[in-house]
Amino acid sequence: MSILVVADHDNNSIKASTLVAVAAAQAMGGDIEVLVAGAGCGAAGQAAAGIAGVSKVLVADNAAYEHRLAENLGALVAELGANYSHIVSSTSTSGKNFMPRVAALLDVAQISDISGVVSEDTFERPIYAGNAIATVQSTDAIKVITVRGTAFDPVAAEGGSAAVEAVDVVKDSGLSTWVKDEIVKLDRPELTAASVIISGGRGMQNGENFAMLESVADKLGAAVGASRAAVDAGYAPNDMQVGQTGKIVAPDLYIAVGISGAIQHLAGMKDSKVIVAINKDEDAPIFQVADYGLVADLFKAVPELDALLG
Amino acid sequence: MKVLVTAKRVVDYNVSIRVLADNSGVDLNNVKMSVNPFDEIGIEEAVRLKEAGIATEVVVASVGTSACQEQIRTALALGADRGILVETDEDMQPLAIAKVLKAVIDKEAPQIIITGKQAIDGDNGQTGQMLAALAGLPQATFASKVEVEGDSATVTREIDGGLETITVKLPAIITTDLRLNEPRYASLPNIMKAKKKPIDVMTPADLGVDVAPRVKTLKVTPPAARQAGIKVESVEELVDKLKNEAKVIS
Repeated sequence: MSILVVADHDNNSIKASTLVAVAAAQAMGGDIEVLVAGAGCGAAGQAAAGIAGVSKVLVADNAAYEHRLAENLGALVAELGANYSHIVSSTSTSGKNFMPRVAALLDVAQISDISGVVSEDTFERPIYAGNAIATVQSTDAIKVITVRGTAFDPVAAEGGSAAVEAVDVVKDSGLSTWVKDEIVKLDRPELTAASVIISGGRGMQNGENFAMLESVADKLGAAVGASRAAVDAGYAPNDMQVGQTGKIVAPDLYIAVGISGAIQHLAGMKDSKVIVAINKDEDAPIFQVADYGLVADLFKAVPELDALLG
Repeated sequence: MKVLVTAKRVVDYNVSIRVLADNSGVDLNNVKMSVNPFDEIGIEEAVRLKEAGIATEVVVASVGTSACQEQIRTALALGADRGILVETDEDMQPLAIAKVLKAVIDKEAPQIIITGKQAIDGDNGQTGQMLAALAGLPQATFASKVEVEGDSATVTREIDGGLETITVKLPAIITTDLRLNEPRYASLPNIMKAKKKPIDVMTPADLGVDVAPRVKTLKVTPPAARQAGIKVESVEELVDKLKNEAKVIS
């Protein structure tokens, strides 16, 4: 058995989601190799060689892979991956984009967003927004798998000494072209990496009121999130959305402010260690999952919280 | 130009699902079924392309049991012109659905194919991308904005940390994200009109597609329940608990 883990990286360093994918691969068992595909990604390749438990790193360094276009990356991974028993990536927006192409090109199923490994061919994964957990067995020769970022403890980023090998396979479909990125520069931690998150829902009433949450977030070193209701209402951008259709998070502390607790939101945060809910409706479903609930008007409670945190 | 959209039949997003006692799956008896919300966004986008004079025909396809006619009718009431039902009682998994849709686009030759980024039942998020790979077409997933010009589409995509804009040559597959548009409601006259619009019914065998499942579901269980905690009376008590009991802030 040998497993190919396709790394998430920014050409210079490896993203934490890759360490989680390697951890899942370890649970499957077998030799683990990592593919770093990018342009000018030598440094990321070196970083991957240091990941604990990795035996070899493949580096595909070509302009065709610069923007992780799914057509090119999918074709590369399908060609290289044909020699492995498992192809694994994180459930990042990149993994979600190219991995199904890999599976289709290899004529195998994909097992999406696994939350557990039962055996080399059997996995657990959430369905219906996490309201049920399916245990599924793949009957295909090659297992194509994406891994939920919060489901496994990441392996150590250092301590390994894998060999690095260049791959000269170039797949350039010419079917799609990158135009631009608009990446929000955050002064706060990223949602999926934050140990504390404070999120606002429809109860925030408008986008300007999110400034109250930002002030608390800055005192706690927290990320700011939003419910789908808040995103739908235009109070917050979609990349702040926590939930089934947004980001899945599991911080040490999750503070839900003015969020009723729709199923789709709970699906994205109920694995958080400690959940706090502030809502004026004492019957809001969010209180059923909250460790600490405060029935209060958020427009009084949040400034008070802000003041108490100094 | 012809646009093909999909309409998967799924449990309505407002329904609280229940896992069956024998752990064989989720109880679908007497549960309200709807068009997958992300497909609904796709249907809306296609209809807007038609209203803008870019699309000339909107075809809606669904794959599943005969009951999927309902979801096709919904799409027709929202403005699609005709429907295609690929009827089967098989447990249809994403790879099989993608193969069926590939056969449909071989027949229909649409320039734009729009699917939801995921269906809210299986949460797989695979079909559009698999279809694109099988058809050798480009894809623009998680779209929040679509602009069609000539033989290409420029699509803004929701990615981790922000947005990415790409251009794809047509024909192409687009999968919808939440913010692409806000779907309309069907008006009563349009619901009546939809009843007269044609639906073609065929089977995977008619299309020459093998739809055997590749993944076996061994069991389905409810998630570990989370115990409700306590209610605190004040912000002061809350901060005290977080500092001294939960020890998550300092």
